[in-house]
Amino acid sequence: MVQYASPALDLSFAALSDATRRGIIDQLGRADASITALAENFQMTLTGMKKHVHVLERAGLVVTHKVGRVRNCSLGKGGLAVEAEWIDAHRKLFEARFQALDQVIEEMKQEEQDGSAA
Amino acid sequence: MDQQLSNPAAAPNETTIERPSDTELVVLRMFNAPPRIVFKAWSQPELFRRWWAPQSFGITLVSCDMDVRTGGKYRLEFAHGSGTMAFHGKYLEVVPGERIVWTNDEGEEEGAVTTVTFEDLGGRTLVTFHERYPTKEAVEEAMQGSATGLPEQFRQLDALLADLGG
Repeated sequence: MVQYASPALDLSFAALSDATRRGIIDQLGRADASITALAENFQMTLTGMKKHVHVLERAGLVVTHKVGRVRNCSLGKGGLAVEAEWIDAHRKLFEARFQALDQVIEEMKQEEQDGSAA
Repeated sequence: MDQQLSNPAAAPNETTIERPSDTELVVLRMFNAPPRIVFKAWSQPELFRRWWAPQSFGITLVSCDMDVRTGGKYRLEFAHGSGTMAFHGKYLEVVPGERIVWTNDEGEEEGAVTTVTFEDLGGRTLVTFHERYPTKEAVEEAMQGSATGLPEQFRQLDALLADLGG
Protein backbone atom coordinates (compact mmCIF):
# COMPACT_ATOMS: atom_id res chain seq x y z
CA MET A 1 0.00 0.00 0.00
CA VAL A 2 1.45 3.34 -1.00
CA GLN A 3 1.47 5.83 1.79
CA TYR A 4 1.94 9.39 0.66
CA ALA A 5 2.42 11.96 3.38
CA SER A 6 2.97 15.27 1.66
CA PRO A 7 3.40 18.53 3.53
CA ALA A 8 3.50 20.28 0.14
CA LEU A 9 0.08 18.87 -0.68
CA ASP A 10 -1.36 20.09 2.63
CA LEU A 11 0.08 23.56 2.08
CA SER A 12 -1.24 23.76 -1.47
CA PHE A 13 -4.75 22.73 -0.50
CA ALA A 14 -4.80 25.09 2.47
CA ALA A 15 -3.57 27.95 0.30
CA LEU A 16 -6.18 27.35 -2.40
CA SER A 17 -9.11 26.88 0.01
CA ASP A 18 -9.66 30.65 0.02
CA ALA A 19 -11.49 32.51 -2.77
CA THR A 20 -9.31 35.64 -2.54
CA ARG A 21 -6.15 33.57 -2.86
CA ARG A 22 -7.54 31.74 -5.88
CA GLY A 23 -8.29 35.19 -7.31
CA ILE A 24 -4.69 36.28 -6.70
CA ILE A 25 -3.41 33.18 -8.54
CA ASP A 26 -5.77 33.96 -11.40
CA GLN A 27 -4.52 37.53 -11.65
CA LEU A 28 -0.85 36.60 -11.43
CA GLY A 29 -1.49 34.08 -14.21
CA ARG A 30 -2.10 37.07 -16.48
CA ALA A 31 0.67 39.35 -15.23
CA ASP A 32 3.02 39.88 -12.30
CA ALA A 33 1.83 42.45 -9.78
CA SER A 34 3.04 44.28 -6.69
CA ILE A 35 1.45 43.63 -3.30
CA THR A 36 0.15 47.20 -3.35
CA ALA A 37 -1.56 46.67 -6.72
CA LEU A 38 -3.06 43.37 -5.53
CA ALA A 39 -4.37 45.04 -2.36
CA GLU A 40 -6.06 47.74 -4.45
CA ASN A 41 -7.58 45.24 -6.87
CA PHE A 42 -9.02 43.11 -4.11
CA GLN A 43 -10.01 46.16 -2.02
CA MET A 44 -8.02 45.01 0.92
CA THR A 45 -5.50 46.53 3.35
CA LEU A 46 -1.81 46.06 2.58
CA THR A 47 -1.41 43.97 5.73
CA GLY A 48 -4.30 41.71 4.74
CA MET A 49 -2.85 41.17 1.26
CA LYS A 50 0.61 40.48 2.67
CA LYS A 51 -0.87 37.65 4.76
CA HIS A 52 -2.55 36.08 1.73
CA VAL A 53 0.62 36.35 -0.35
CA HIS A 54 2.63 34.80 2.46
CA VAL A 55 0.34 31.74 2.55
CA LEU A 56 0.66 31.33 -1.21
CA GLU A 57 4.41 31.80 -0.98
CA ARG A 58 4.77 29.10 1.65
CA ALA A 59 2.93 26.68 -0.63
CA GLY A 60 5.33 27.59 -3.43
CA LEU A 61 2.45 28.86 -5.56
CA VAL A 62 3.74 32.44 -5.60
CA VAL A 63 7.26 33.84 -5.49
CA THR A 64 8.04 37.42 -4.49
CA HIS A 65 11.02 39.62 -5.31
CA LYS A 66 11.77 42.95 -3.79
CA VAL A 67 12.59 45.65 -6.36
CA GLY A 68 13.55 48.81 -4.51
CA ARG A 69 10.69 49.45 -2.12
CA VAL A 70 8.16 47.42 -4.07
CA ARG A 71 7.52 43.72 -3.56
CA ASN A 72 6.61 42.06 -6.84
CA CYS A 73 4.63 38.83 -6.98
CA SER A 74 4.66 36.22 -9.72
CA LEU A 75 3.46 32.65 -10.07
CA GLY A 76 5.74 30.04 -8.55
CA LYS A 77 6.30 26.61 -9.93
CA GLY A 78 4.23 25.17 -7.10
CA GLY A 79 5.75 23.34 -4.15
CA LEU A 80 3.72 20.31 -5.11
CA ALA A 81 5.14 20.18 -8.64
CA VAL A 82 8.66 20.52 -7.30
CA GLU A 83 8.12 17.76 -4.76
CA ALA A 84 6.49 15.46 -7.31
CA GLU A 85 9.42 15.94 -9.68
CA TRP A 86 11.91 15.20 -6.94
CA ILE A 87 10.10 12.00 -6.01
CA ASP A 88 9.87 11.01 -9.66
CA ALA A 89 13.61 11.54 -10.14
CA HIS A 90 14.25 9.22 -7.17
CA ARG A 91 11.83 6.65 -8.51
CA LYS A 92 13.51 6.57 -11.94
CA LEU A 93 16.98 6.41 -10.46
CA PHE A 94 16.16 3.63 -8.01
CA GLU A 95 14.13 1.61 -10.50
CA ALA A 96 17.15 1.61 -12.81
CA ARG A 97 19.52 0.80 -9.96
CA PHE A 98 17.42 -2.02 -8.59
CA GLN A 99 16.91 -3.62 -11.99
CA ALA A 100 20.68 -3.77 -12.32
CA LEU A 101 20.91 -5.06 -8.74
CA ASP A 102 18.44 -7.87 -9.57
CA GLN A 103 20.85 -9.01 -12.26
CA VAL A 104 23.86 -8.89 -9.94
CA ILE A 105 21.92 -10.88 -7.33
CA GLU A 106 20.82 -13.52 -9.86
CA GLU A 107 24.46 -14.01 -10.86
CA MET A 108 25.52 -14.29 -7.22
CA LYS A 109 22.84 -16.91 -6.57
CA GLN A 110 23.92 -18.84 -9.66
CA GLU A 111 27.54 -18.76 -8.58
CA GLU A 112 26.64 -20.05 -5.12
CA GLN A 113 24.65 -22.92 -6.65
CA ASP A 114 27.48 -23.81 -9.00
CA GLY A 115 29.91 -23.63 -6.11
CA SER A 116 27.90 -25.97 -3.90
CA ALA A 117 27.25 -28.38 -6.76
CA ALA A 118 30.95 -28.71 -7.60
CA MET B 1 -1.56 -9.75 -3.11
CA ASP B 2 -2.25 -13.47 -2.52
CA GLN B 3 -1.15 -14.26 -6.03
CA GLN B 4 2.08 -12.47 -5.51
CA LEU B 5 2.76 -14.45 -2.33
CA SER B 6 1.97 -17.80 -3.91
CA ASN B 7 4.45 -17.21 -6.71
CA PRO B 8 7.06 -14.74 -5.50
CA ALA B 9 9.65 -15.45 -8.17
CA ALA B 10 7.32 -14.57 -11.02
CA ALA B 11 5.99 -11.30 -9.63
CA PRO B 12 7.96 -8.24 -10.66
CA ASN B 13 9.20 -6.39 -7.62
CA GLU B 14 7.95 -2.86 -7.40
CA THR B 15 9.89 0.14 -6.16
CA THR B 16 7.81 2.17 -3.70
CA ILE B 17 8.54 5.67 -2.46
CA GLU B 18 7.16 7.14 0.75
CA ARG B 19 7.48 10.44 2.60
CA PRO B 20 6.97 9.59 6.28
CA SER B 21 7.74 13.21 7.21
CA ASP B 22 8.92 16.39 5.50
CA THR B 23 12.59 15.62 6.18
CA GLU B 24 12.51 11.95 5.17
CA LEU B 25 12.34 9.96 1.98
CA VAL B 26 11.99 6.18 1.92
CA VAL B 27 12.47 3.79 -1.00
CA LEU B 28 11.21 0.21 -0.57
CA ARG B 29 11.96 -2.76 -2.78
CA MET B 30 11.78 -6.55 -2.48
CA PHE B 31 14.58 -8.78 -3.78
CA ASN B 32 14.43 -12.48 -4.57
CA ALA B 33 17.39 -13.50 -2.45
CA PRO B 34 18.18 -13.75 1.27
CA PRO B 35 19.61 -10.69 3.11
CA ARG B 36 23.08 -12.30 3.21
CA ILE B 37 23.35 -12.03 -0.59
CA VAL B 38 21.68 -8.62 -0.95
CA PHE B 39 23.89 -7.16 1.77
CA LYS B 40 26.96 -8.48 -0.02
CA ALA B 41 25.90 -6.68 -3.22
CA TRP B 42 25.68 -3.41 -1.22
CA SER B 43 28.91 -3.81 0.71
CA GLN B 44 31.49 -5.17 -1.74
CA PRO B 45 32.80 -2.42 -4.03
CA GLU B 46 33.25 -4.67 -7.08
CA LEU B 47 29.57 -5.71 -6.85
CA PHE B 48 28.18 -2.33 -5.72
CA ARG B 49 29.74 -0.47 -8.65
CA ARG B 50 27.93 -2.71 -11.12
CA TRP B 51 24.50 -1.36 -10.21
CA TRP B 52 24.69 1.89 -8.19
CA ALA B 53 25.39 4.03 -11.27
CA PRO B 54 22.96 2.63 -13.87
CA GLN B 55 24.24 2.77 -17.44
CA SER B 56 20.93 4.15 -18.65
CA PHE B 57 21.69 7.37 -16.76
CA GLY B 58 24.79 8.20 -18.77
CA ILE B 59 26.93 8.19 -15.65
CA THR B 60 29.83 5.87 -14.96
CA LEU B 61 31.49 5.11 -11.70
CA VAL B 62 35.20 5.77 -12.23
CA SER B 63 36.42 4.80 -8.80
CA CYS B 64 34.71 3.22 -5.83
CA ASP B 65 36.52 3.04 -2.51
CA MET B 66 34.35 1.60 0.24
CA ASP B 67 35.45 0.42 3.65
CA VAL B 68 32.08 -0.92 4.74
CA ARG B 69 32.39 -1.25 8.51
CA THR B 70 31.36 1.01 11.39
CA GLY B 71 33.62 4.07 11.29
CA GLY B 72 34.90 3.24 7.79
CA LYS B 73 34.82 5.72 4.91
CA TYR B 74 33.73 5.74 1.30
CA ARG B 75 34.61 7.80 -1.73
CA LEU B 76 32.88 7.44 -5.08
CA GLU B 77 33.93 9.22 -8.25
CA PHE B 78 31.57 9.58 -11.18
CA ALA B 79 32.22 10.62 -14.76
CA HIS B 80 29.54 12.51 -16.58
CA GLY B 81 30.30 14.02 -19.97
CA SER B 82 33.77 15.48 -19.61
CA GLY B 83 33.55 16.15 -15.89
CA THR B 84 33.94 14.08 -12.77
CA MET B 85 32.36 14.40 -9.35
CA ALA B 86 33.35 12.87 -6.06
CA PHE B 87 31.09 11.85 -3.20
CA HIS B 88 32.29 10.86 0.21
CA GLY B 89 31.18 10.13 3.73
CA LYS B 90 31.44 7.80 6.68
CA TYR B 91 29.70 4.59 7.74
CA LEU B 92 28.06 5.34 11.07
CA GLU B 93 26.87 1.78 11.59
CA VAL B 94 27.33 -1.48 9.74
CA VAL B 95 25.63 -4.70 10.85
CA PRO B 96 26.34 -7.44 8.27
CA GLY B 97 23.15 -8.79 6.71
CA GLU B 98 21.02 -6.23 8.56
CA ARG B 99 21.84 -2.57 8.06
CA ILE B 100 24.23 0.07 6.73
CA VAL B 101 24.10 3.70 7.87
CA TRP B 102 26.20 6.37 6.15
CA THR B 103 26.66 10.13 6.02
CA ASN B 104 26.73 12.27 2.88
CA ASP B 105 29.44 14.85 3.50
CA GLU B 106 30.00 16.62 0.17
CA GLY B 107 28.23 19.90 0.77
CA GLU B 108 29.21 22.75 3.03
CA GLU B 109 26.19 22.14 5.22
CA GLU B 110 25.35 19.03 7.18
CA GLY B 111 24.21 16.39 4.69
CA ALA B 112 21.54 13.71 4.76
CA VAL B 113 22.03 10.45 6.64
CA THR B 114 21.14 7.29 4.74
CA THR B 115 20.03 4.08 6.46
CA VAL B 116 19.58 0.90 4.46
CA THR B 117 18.01 -2.09 6.18
CA PHE B 118 17.72 -5.66 4.93
CA GLU B 119 14.75 -7.59 6.26
CA ASP B 120 14.43 -11.35 5.83
CA LEU B 121 10.99 -12.31 4.56
CA GLY B 122 11.25 -16.06 4.13
CA GLY B 123 14.26 -16.16 1.85
CA ARG B 124 13.43 -12.88 0.15
CA THR B 125 14.71 -9.51 1.29
CA LEU B 126 12.85 -6.27 1.82
CA VAL B 127 15.30 -3.41 1.35
CA THR B 128 14.40 -0.09 2.97
CA PHE B 129 16.48 2.86 1.80
CA HIS B 130 15.82 5.70 4.20
CA GLU B 131 17.16 9.22 3.81
CA ARG B 132 16.91 11.75 6.61
CA TYR B 133 17.75 15.37 5.90
CA PRO B 134 18.91 17.56 8.81
CA THR B 135 16.35 20.30 8.09
CA LYS B 136 13.31 21.09 6.01
CA GLU B 137 15.42 23.67 4.17
CA ALA B 138 17.92 21.00 3.16
CA VAL B 139 15.10 18.96 1.59
CA GLU B 140 13.76 22.00 -0.22
CA GLU B 141 17.21 22.72 -1.59
CA ALA B 142 17.54 19.15 -2.81
CA MET B 143 14.08 19.42 -4.41
CA GLN B 144 14.91 22.70 -6.15
CA GLY B 145 18.10 21.09 -7.43
CA SER B 146 16.19 18.30 -9.14
CA ALA B 147 13.43 20.54 -10.48
CA THR B 148 15.28 23.38 -12.18
CA GLY B 149 14.81 23.66 -15.91
CA LEU B 150 17.92 21.69 -16.76
CA PRO B 151 18.01 18.96 -19.39
CA GLU B 152 16.76 15.59 -18.26
CA GLN B 153 20.21 14.11 -17.89
CA PHE B 154 21.32 16.86 -15.56
CA ARG B 155 18.19 16.50 -13.52
CA GLN B 156 18.92 12.83 -13.09
CA LEU B 157 22.40 13.79 -12.09
CA ASP B 158 20.91 16.11 -9.51
CA ALA B 159 18.84 13.28 -8.17
CA LEU B 160 22.02 11.31 -7.86
CA LEU B 161 23.67 14.25 -6.14
CA ALA B 162 20.77 14.46 -3.74
CA ASP B 163 21.21 10.78 -2.93
CA LEU B 164 24.90 10.79 -2.56
CA GLY B 165 25.73 14.33 -1.70
CA GLY B 166 22.93 15.39 0.63
